[in-house]
Amino acid sequence: MTGSIALTLHNLSCQFKTQAGFLQKPRIVRAVDEISLTLEEGGVLGVVGESGCGKTTLARMILGLQRPSSGEAIVHGQRLSDLDRKARARLIQPVFQDPFSSLNPKQAVRDIIALPLRAQGTFSARDIAMQTDRILERVGLSSEQGLRLPSELSGGQRQRVAIARALILQPRIVVCDEPTSALDVSVQAQILNLLDELRRDLKLTYVFISHNLAVVEHIATEVMVMYLGRMVERNKTAALFKTPRHPYTQALLKSVLTPEPGLGLPDVGLGDVMPDPANIPTGCRFHPRCLQALPQCASIAPPVYTPATEALVECHLNASPNQILN
Amino acid sequence: MSAVLAVENLAVRFGPVHAVRNASFTVNKGETHCIVGESGCGKSVTSLAIMNLLARNARREASRLDFAGQDILGFSDRQMEDIRGNRMAMIFQEPMTSLNPSYTIGSQLTEVMRRHQPVSQEAAEARAISLMQRVGITAPEMRLRQYPHQLSGGLRQRVMIAMALMCEPELLIADEPTTALDVTVQAQILRLLNELKQEMGLGILLITHDLGIVARVADHVSVMYAGEVIETGRTKDIFSNPVHPYTRGLIDCVPVPGKIKPGEPLGSIPGTVPVMKDGFSGCAFRFRCEFATESCAVTVPRHDLCNQHQVACRLSAPQNGARS
Repeated sequence: MTGSIALTLHNLSCQFKTQAGFLQKPRIVRAVDEISLTLEEGGVLGVVGESGCGKTTLARMILGLQRPSSGEAIVHGQRLSDLDRKARARLIQPVFQDPFSSLNPKQAVRDIIALPLRAQGTFSARDIAMQTDRILERVGLSSEQGLRLPSELSGGQRQRVAIARALILQPRIVVCDEPTSALDVSVQAQILNLLDELRRDLKLTYVFISHNLAVVEHIATEVMVMYLGRMVERNKTAALFKTPRHPYTQALLKSVLTPEPGLGLPDVGLGDVMPDPANIPTGCRFHPRCLQALPQCASIAPPVYTPATEALVECHLNASPNQILN
Repeated sequence: MSAVLAVENLAVRFGPVHAVRNASFTVNKGETHCIVGESGCGKSVTSLAIMNLLARNARREASRLDFAGQDILGFSDRQMEDIRGNRMAMIFQEPMTSLNPSYTIGSQLTEVMRRHQPVSQEAAEARAISLMQRVGITAPEMRLRQYPHQLSGGLRQRVMIAMALMCEPELLIADEPTTALDVTVQAQILRLLNELKQEMGLGILLITHDLGIVARVADHVSVMYAGEVIETGRTKDIFSNPVHPYTRGLIDCVPVPGKIKPGEPLGSIPGTVPVMKDGFSGCAFRFRCEFATESCAVTVPRHDLCNQHQVACRLSAPQNGARS
């Protein structure tokens, strides 16, 4: 690992206005709230959290598909907002969840894969054909499969097409938004192995969004846990799985159902109150579901505590001694 | 243990395609039987075949299909209608699409009961409220007047469960009941199903692709591949001693925190599932199986190991015992 920084997020936030009804006042939904982090080149940042926690909005901002309300994203030393579409595409590429709807059904696989090259407008037809052949082989597709339509391929093969399309411009960062959740387990394993192999061979950096913690544990080098738009905990993968500090992280880890019979079902202990991003609780936003909540959790926002250089936790229970006010 | 559901040699065909072949299993009272397999393996078709809800072009055959001691194979549509939703209830995968968006929760819950039993609307509502409380829905009186879009995914799935329980069924067929939900909600819903099973002596046929769920909730498991039950037995036997190469491959594919070292690849099964057309013979897994020999193309032996553990594979033959 070179140790150079691939991705820096600086107080990145995104707010949406929603109108619940015709005469009602518009409400502000804070989908992503002041997220700051750095990711080293060659690392894999796993992003986990429940649906509606802002994972996908964060991914869209890192890809430049969603303009942040405030803050900025810096990719390999360049501010994302300073780059035009073509330059952005050369640095950062997505792989989406659903390989059935993210590929054009009327285009042959080769043309889908070559589109980012053609959109750059600087490559010759021969160059494009050569690079397409190379990348097809690299992701394990035959040249005959390159001539087919996406509908003629299986789910796993389609996800290989999506990966090939993401890699053809030789980007530095790939944002994978739930890349395997639509796939069967045997195919999921193939795709995860392929992604890991490609990362090592091509020195890629991944932002890997998933709700499956077992998958994140397998592929990520570090993990950030999101709750209602906030990063509530971040750590190296092994450390996070060994000593989860935030009660929400602890609950998430507990809810993983590993295939070990006889263990029964975990009592996750999160209660029935579901989080609503348009109506964020005061103080610590997790306190209505937290079994270990202290009196101050309902009113005072929790301090950010950094127990180690790459670790962070935002919770009253984990505050360092000099941060406890009362 | 008495069997709520006994299925023997169930087969479903859509024209020349054999969607389900040789499916045999039983669901006992107060037990959960899981059918596990990958997409297209025939798990959902099996559940639809049991309820006789298959599409018109499907042909269903079985040597036995008993529900609570009654042979339902020859039941007419009318007779099945009396059982479905009443003594045999179901929960589907998508709580978003399986509730009618234009009716209130209350009218959808009470409709099932009033269709099957001579009860008043008030009595049905009282039952709905008590069941909604039982499945963990807060403020049930208010929820009765709400529409599905006003509820979260987890609440909607709880409504589906309450609806399935309205007529005190003996068998609950749940087709991927937690796939659309968050992991935190998934654990809650599965715990609820477990409690209800014990309380009411329900037999549950749970269809899933998630081996984690199977390991944690099932008493018995049937593994399906290409329309066939290739291995069946008690959950602990299947996980501690999987015999069929497909079952073993499937278990190796699942990432388990702490089991695999970083940088080590996951186990995977190369190749794809064949389409089972007329004239197919032999083991459907042989194209992806590292132990396949010529004899696999001809017949598939079925073996009884101990404790109701059955396998459809040459490798399980008692005399060779070759398990690498």
